[in-house]
Amino acid sequence: MDPITLSRWQFGLTTVYHFLFVPLTLGLGWFVAYMQTRYYQTRDENFRKMAKFWGKLFLINFAIGVVTGIVQEFQFGMNWSEYSRYVGDIFGAPLAVEALMAFFLESTFLGIWIFGEGRVSEKVHLASIWLAAIGSNLSALWILLANGWMQHPVGYVINEVNGRAELVDFFALITNPKGWVFFWHTIAAGLATASFLVIGVSAYHLIRKQHLEVFKPSFQMGALVGIIASVLVFLGGHEQGVFMYKEQPMKFASVEAHWETSAPADFSIITIGDLSGKQEVWSLRTSQLGIPGVLSFLACNNFECEVRGVNDIQAEYEALYGPGDYIPLMVVTYWTFRFMMSIGFLMIVLSAFFLWATRKDSFTNAKWMKWVPWVIALPYIANASGWILTEMGRQPWIVQGLLKVEDAISPNLTTVDLLISLIGYVAVYGALAGAMFYLMKKYAIAGPDAAMHESVDVAPARVGADD
Amino acid sequence: MSYEFLQILWFILIAVLWIGFFFLEGFDFGVGMLLPFLGKKDEERRAIINAIGPTWDGNEVWLLTAGGAMFAAFPHWYATMFSGFYLALFLLLVGLIIRGISFEYRSKDAAPAWRSRFDWMIAIGSFLAALLLGAAFANLARGVPIDENMMFTGNLFTLLNPYGLLGGVTTVAIFLLHGANFLGLKLEGELRERVNGFAKKLWIAASVLYFVLGVFTYIAGFWNRGYVNPGIIPIAALATLLIAGYFINQKREGWAFIMVALNIVLTQVTFFSMTFPNVMLSTLNPAWSLTIYNASSSQYTLTVMSIVALIFVPIVLAYQGWTYWMFSKRVSTDKKSLVY
Ligand code: HDD
Ligand code: HEM
Ligand code: HEM
Repeated sequence: MDPITLSRWQFGLTTVYHFLFVPLTLGLGWFVAYMQTRYYQTRDENFRKMAKFWGKLFLINFAIGVVTGIVQEFQFGMNWSEYSRYVGDIFGAPLAVEALMAFFLESTFLGIWIFGEGRVSEKVHLASIWLAAIGSNLSALWILLANGWMQHPVGYVINEVNGRAELVDFFALITNPKGWVFFWHTIAAGLATASFLVIGVSAYHLIRKQHLEVFKPSFQMGALVGIIASVLVFLGGHEQGVFMYKEQPMKFASVEAHWETSAPADFSIITIGDLSGKQEVWSLRTSQLGIPGVLSFLACNNFECEVRGVNDIQAEYEALYGPGDYIPLMVVTYWTFRFMMSIGFLMIVLSAFFLWATRKDSFTNAKWMKWVPWVIALPYIANASGWILTEMGRQPWIVQGLLKVEDAISPNLTTVDLLISLIGYVAVYGALAGAMFYLMKKYAIAGPDAAMHESVDVAPARVGADD
Repeated sequence: MSYEFLQILWFILIAVLWIGFFFLEGFDFGVGMLLPFLGKKDEERRAIINAIGPTWDGNEVWLLTAGGAMFAAFPHWYATMFSGFYLALFLLLVGLIIRGISFEYRSKDAAPAWRSRFDWMIAIGSFLAALLLGAAFANLARGVPIDENMMFTGNLFTLLNPYGLLGGVTTVAIFLLHGANFLGLKLEGELRERVNGFAKKLWIAASVLYFVLGVFTYIAGFWNRGYVNPGIIPIAALATLLIAGYFINQKREGWAFIMVALNIVLTQVTFFSMTFPNVMLSTLNPAWSLTIYNASSSQYTLTVMSIVALIFVPIVLAYQGWTYWMFSKRVSTDKKSLVY
């Protein structure tokens, strides 16, 4: 395998892996901060237990986010040196600001939160979890502004002398609409991820009729935040689509397997392509069900507008950028989008149902409760799908319209170098996942009493026996 | 602000970030390496980890910020160094990963096998990181093969030359000593006695290695290549290390810690002045070296970043300093007071 393929796999795997843990951090931090605030206000022991329990899961998850994040910070230089040279003038800035403004904040105050109980005043302890939550969400903002620039470059010129992109308008960089749409959709997705974890884990205990004082209110809180977040995710996702249609029409068309320009445009429910991903074999579209123009609506909020197809855009790009293949791998963009969107709708329905169910006090006994823990998986699949779509839909560009992936890689890397690192990461990350899954499960099952201690044995009865 | 002023400013800022990182994570790495040897019982090991528990992640962010700042201010430096040192950095990352995760996870399960596995991962990860960072910086001081297109033409073995290895081993020894001094400040009772005994031995090893490294640097002529002459700074660095020995013997841990910290800072200052205005010296042709002039970002970006740094660096320093002050109490092996 050539270095480019290996590098892409490595970047994709490590980044998706990093992002398995990030959304929960983004969302669950707010939950814990809120619960602790309620305890501070009401002195209700149950809130304290809730903050402790969810805080424990938060920390187990957070640790992996941190250690995999370091890899991210280094990878641009290690694997994509030519990319780094080309865009460093612009792209480096948000990354540096992220470290300075967000990473210091979250790591320092999380340290205070973990170790500070009894050492710092209660107010400071409470403030520290809020600051950590703010810090992690700020970090998301900066990295998304960076990524937003790769999708939709703004505020730059190409310097003719040294042939690289240079920043001329920092304000444009930090107000890049793409970055802010990313931010909205991602923050909401993080909250939704946390809500579904809270719902699922609470259900596990409700089924077993244990710790009701903690898990009943948790479930209710999860359902309430869940419905709000899911709707926000959907609205943000729609904005993503509208923006993508305007600025990355090729990505948009490939997401829809939309070959030919048409007005009004039809939404594909299922399209099967051949193995090359470039030919359609069979397709079911909304107009066949009597609802035409759905794709037009997704793209521009009305049922009439024209949506350009892959073939037209390909021809246009060849004229603009020279001969080449500008079509992303359609099997991937098409299906990842459908996974994400279906899950998005499902999450709205489910959280609405959960919220509706909690109006009766006896909801904890419901028969369907035993299926609920499975919902935890949904946002994870949607998150990974969303990013794979975003990044692979940008192919062959690494920076839309400016730099191709093949021109971005570090030229000195050999296949052997990359095999060593790729296999190494897979092994280390695999082991991490094992340890983290083990601990998550153990603490989730052990319940709130165990969370008061640093270590627990699996059986809750032995909690604290050997700390 | 003139372009050149900004380039020099950012060189200094990045130097400060690296110095901060070596100073702060230096003792974290040392503590990590000492862990399985110093802590005999489980509570002892927990006390050792708790001594750096609240702050290790914040210290590591100095490295991330240094990397981010290199990317933003000197993209060619970031690109050439990180792609050139590829496998070394990969191993460094593995070291940082296994160590970071272990701090957080090791006490979350009671099984002795679980705990001992993570303890060793802390030690090995810290060792790898210290060794590789030392070797990387020694190679930067020595110069590395860089061609006219700013590409590194060597491989992992290029970095494993005697000077690079000596730099790595010396860094390990200094960090061990630094960690021992830090623990001397943070622990109490029997553990404190024990770590003091360690510090005495480590001081001998570190001093000898440091001296050899200095002589090597001098004889090989890396010292003064006609750029900025570090002058008496390296002599002062050696002196602080020697004085540290006196304080260790007197059991004055605070002063011993300050002296070794000074040694680390002064050594880094020496390093950065030895290379200035280069950021990566080419051994193939000095004209192909990366300098603060040909590796930097545009004047506009440097200006923007300067404003950002001016606002946030003081804030960060303030709250990090405050954290150290808040957690300045000694850590006991009493289980009730342990967090990790
Ligand atoms: C809980 C997770 C989740 C859920 C339920 C959804 N998304 Fe999403 N989506 C993400 C999580 C996500 C993400 C992983 O966070 C992405 C990757 C980049 C980003 O900003 O968000 C993403 C990207 C993303 C993109 C790609 C943007 C681009 O490539 O430039 C579009 C068009 C949508 N989403 C649209 C939707 C729609 C119409 C949904 C229907 C409800 C939806 N998403 C649900
Ligand atoms: C955490 C969320 C992210 C995920 C899950 C993700 C996922 C991916 C995936 C799957 C690829 C491989 C695509 C391919 O090779 O075809 C990729 C490539 C890439 N992404 Fe992302 N990405 C994320 C965020 C980012 C961010 C925030 C940036 C920039 C700051 C970024 C920059 C890149 C780069 C440089 C590549 C390599 C070139 C390429 O193959 O396209 N990614 N990413
Ligand atoms: C490819 C680009 C990315 C880079 C370079 C990167 C870098 C990092 C680094 C260095 C850390 C560790 C910080 C510490 O030590 O405390 C980290 C953690 C984190 N990152 Fe990323 N990251 C990337 C993608 C993302 C994305 C896309 C998001 C959010 C949308 C994100 C959100 C976070 C958050 C919230 C944390 C806190 C810890 C945790 O994840 O649990 N990162 N990241």
